[in-house]
Amino acid sequence: MSNYLVGLIIVMYLAMLFVLAYFAEKKPRGKWTNNPYVYTLSLAVYCTAWTYYGSVGIASRSGISFLAIYLGPVISFPLWIVVMKKVIRISKQHKISSIADFISMRYGNNRFLGALVTVTCLLAIIPYISLQLKAVSETFSLISSENSYVSKGFLDDSTFYIALLIAVFVAFYGTRSTDTSQHKKGIIATVAFESILKLVFFLAIGIYVTFYLFDGTTDLYNQASMKANFSQLTSLGGLENGFNWLFTICLSFFAIFLLPRQFHVAVVENDNENYLKKAIWLFPLYLLLFNVFVIFIAWAGNIRLPEAVNPDYYSLLLPLQQNNQGFVLMVFIGGFTAVISMIVVSTLALSTMVSNNIVIPYGFIKKLVEGNPEENAKRIKNLRRLAIFLLIIFAYFFYVNFSAQLSLFSIGLISFVIIAQLAPSFFLGLTWRRGTARGTEIGILVGLAVVFYTLLLPIISQVMMPNVKLVEEVLFGYSWLKPAQLFGLDYLTPESNAFLWSMSLNTLSFVGFSLRAKGNYRERNYAEMFVNHANYENLQEGAFVWKGEAYVADIKRLLSRFLGEARTNRALRIFNKKHNISDTEERADARLINFSEKLLTGSIGSASAKILLASVSKETPISLVEVLNILEESKETKANNKLLLEKSEQLTAMAHQLKEANEELLFQDRQKDEFLDTVAHELKTPITSIKAASEVLEDDDMPSELRRQFLENISRDTDRLDTLIHNILDLEKLSDNKTELDIKKRKINKTIKKALKGVEQIAAKKQVAIHFKEKENVEVPFDEDRLLQVLTNLLSNSLKFTEPHIGTIKIYLEDGDKALRVSVEDNGRGIPVEDQAYIFDKFYQSKNQNTKKPQGSGLGLAICKKIVEGHKGSIWVDKGFKKGARLVFELPKSRNGT
Amino acid sequence: MKKILIVDDEPNIVMSLEYAFKKKDFEVFIARDGTEALEIAEREIPDLILLDVMMPQMDGYETLKKIRESENLDHTKVVFLSAKSKEKDIEKGLKMGADGYMTKPFSIKKIISDVEEMIT
Repeated sequence: MSNYLVGLIIVMYLAMLFVLAYFAEKKPRGKWTNNPYVYTLSLAVYCTAWTYYGSVGIASRSGISFLAIYLGPVISFPLWIVVMKKVIRISKQHKISSIADFISMRYGNNRFLGALVTVTCLLAIIPYISLQLKAVSETFSLISSENSYVSKGFLDDSTFYIALLIAVFVAFYGTRSTDTSQHKKGIIATVAFESILKLVFFLAIGIYVTFYLFDGTTDLYNQASMKANFSQLTSLGGLENGFNWLFTICLSFFAIFLLPRQFHVAVVENDNENYLKKAIWLFPLYLLLFNVFVIFIAWAGNIRLPEAVNPDYYSLLLPLQQNNQGFVLMVFIGGFTAVISMIVVSTLALSTMVSNNIVIPYGFIKKLVEGNPEENAKRIKNLRRLAIFLLIIFAYFFYVNFSAQLSLFSIGLISFVIIAQLAPSFFLGLTWRRGTARGTEIGILVGLAVVFYTLLLPIISQVMMPNVKLVEEVLFGYSWLKPAQLFGLDYLTPESNAFLWSMSLNTLSFVGFSLRAKGNYRERNYAEMFVNHANYENLQEGAFVWKGEAYVADIKRLLSRFLGEARTNRALRIFNKKHNISDTEERADARLINFSEKLLTGSIGSASAKILLASVSKETPISLVEVLNILEESKETKANNKLLLEKSEQLTAMAHQLKEANEELLFQDRQKDEFLDTVAHELKTPITSIKAASEVLEDDDMPSELRRQFLENISRDTDRLDTLIHNILDLEKLSDNKTELDIKKRKINKTIKKALKGVEQIAAKKQVAIHFKEKENVEVPFDEDRLLQVLTNLLSNSLKFTEPHIGTIKIYLEDGDKALRVSVEDNGRGIPVEDQAYIFDKFYQSKNQNTKKPQGSGLGLAICKKIVEGHKGSIWVDKGFKKGARLVFELPKSRNGT
Repeated sequence: MKKILIVDDEPNIVMSLEYAFKKKDFEVFIARDGTEALEIAEREIPDLILLDVMMPQMDGYETLKKIRESENLDHTKVVFLSAKSKEKDIEKGLKMGADGYMTKPFSIKKIISDVEEMIT
């Protein structure tokens, strides 16, 4: 066939894809593009030129080992119903648009991690794309008649122009919307269509070879069995070869989840998670069909074709030998479709990752903040288009320089080994809460380094310095450092060797570094959302750990930059309606921050969205307490109670110090207003009561018994007002550090006894027993009057909440090296877990107070806290104590604090 | 006899209101929180509910929402009683569907005259 005819056919074929994509885009909700079959067929983007040509090549040389690449996905598919469903749900909720987004989001929306995953994918996929170009170029030269023609540079190499045409197609249909989480129906429709084409064509050539060139499978078997190496081709090999099988199955198992193009079609483009139910049996069936004739074509090639030809192209060479032009062209087009769909989806996925996880978060973001919505949309689209072209061109040059030496099968496996480095963080991230961003980063980097050393270095050295035999020679004189046979395992293939060591070290580093240091609150919050996904709504809406300040107007301005005015207003209106928030609300809460982050994630990626929102909100990182509360809510964590409780106590104390520092700052400005509001409310209640009672008392007919009751109420409310005002002033004084504490070394025993004396009468009246385990001669510096106030307060609280007759209160002293610890515990009704973190807040009222109002002012514990902190000590609730309430405070032994 | 339901968690305030309304020949019911209020309202179908906003467990806003959802209470008027006296708060209360809004501290005489005007 002439070069020009083949070229023309290629162009016509691409034009047809354009038209098909156009119609699919026109009716994005049509029945033809939205069904489980299209979904399953789009998953078949897994079958590339590697499958189409490479499998036959492998089958002809090493028998049925090519099957391992398809066994992984087939084994993994029953798991899809569990794992993929979870991944799809999480991705939909967070508007995740790539595997890089998914992994970086899981580890706290980490910018560096997103970039690292993207780079890993680039390393894996660019050679993979170049493999596809290699297949196109080599098959093109096989079928075109001008075999003598040798290209002199890329400008007159037809592959280069084919690559450019594909880039135009992707750039056109892949970047129509800036929101990458939007579905691209046109592209998916063409991919599904191509999946049918390549399967049908491959089956056709299989049938042609088996039943037309030969007399069926038996005939082929008989003829092939006469070849010398036949027994080797049909056996599985020994135990050692079994390891190679195992590792290759593992590789393909990971790849079906992690390859950017698979993630894209399976997760990002998924319309309905119910499609999975059909896909889990249809897709394995597709793979099975695709592989039925591989072995027969391979045998036929071995029998009919000379040894010198490249066995990868048997399916093309067999009809070519018969001069059957129709079949030749059909096989070529089939291979070409496999190539196109792979390149299209891969570059689409990669360009999104490059723009959202590298370019925008690192540097481009400032420009976007300044631009208007139209400009931004244009910039983002152009950025992605540029990325698509660069990716394809890059793959082309990789192909020109490196691909010649390698078979389709080995390039594919290298890609799989690299992409598998994401497996520990992806799979463990879905099931294991402790995984941290740091662990992930180190794991991936270590894994990549091992892959580079064991697999890439030998190849690169072979190409760059053919004279230096790195693979055979021993590095630094140590034979166990030999790249392809690390630690002397000489029966593994280079890929299996690289996989084994990179995966082991990657996983070890990931787990090790994750266990060494806990992630920050953001990481742990996302961990909880990803792992405990059933509890997602709860965590997302209610307990999402975000404390800070932001204004709706700022967020609105930010959203408009990317979504435009109209869309922003509509989104916010829906949001307000859903959560019952007034449209005039000025302050943004955690839910709005979350919601906006999700909206922006689609356009610019999660890391950038986080950075942008952080620029308009002031986040207060005091949320460890809340994180712990979330953790405590989940049953599993409760099982680990002992260790966790210990840790949580330490953390609570730490969080306390943080909180203290923050409260100090916040108190200066806005908090003050809020405080005044609450004070006004608290003052108004007794005033209302007094006013109402005095009005009622104007009635002369009131019975005198009732009259006395009303007068008593007035008197009691007046006392309440008095205490309240006194406490407010006291608290203000303590907060502004206006009061000098008279701190001197004193005996704690004496002061505690004084406090006991003060509550003696009430205790006796209520018949509550108070035990104090004395410790003679313990001296600490403190202000006696103030400490008396603290002790009296804690004791009165205990008295208030214990039952008469059976109530017992105990006071313990623990004399440490640096601090003295005083515990006051009772056997009353205890403090509900959800209140424990707040009881030291001003005016905090427990929701579980039944219907009785608290008798105090709501400030007692807040004052206690201020006083203890004035001593550089701390006060907290002992969460481990379940028989009642135990409040503990610590005073440092030296005046400078602990 | 007109029925009125007073919902407030401050017993002293409730006591005065109860006395004053009984004196004016109202049948008075008392609830100390939102849950109890709904229970009594469904049973007694009062003509008017005086509803405090800040209460433990179910607050006034939530309670009002539930009242408005109930078909039995279609004709029941609801008046908020609240120490929140900013214009924003009052607007919010009325927007939620309250028929009136009284700020604390209030005058009992004024409440009675307003209530009488509303349900006669």
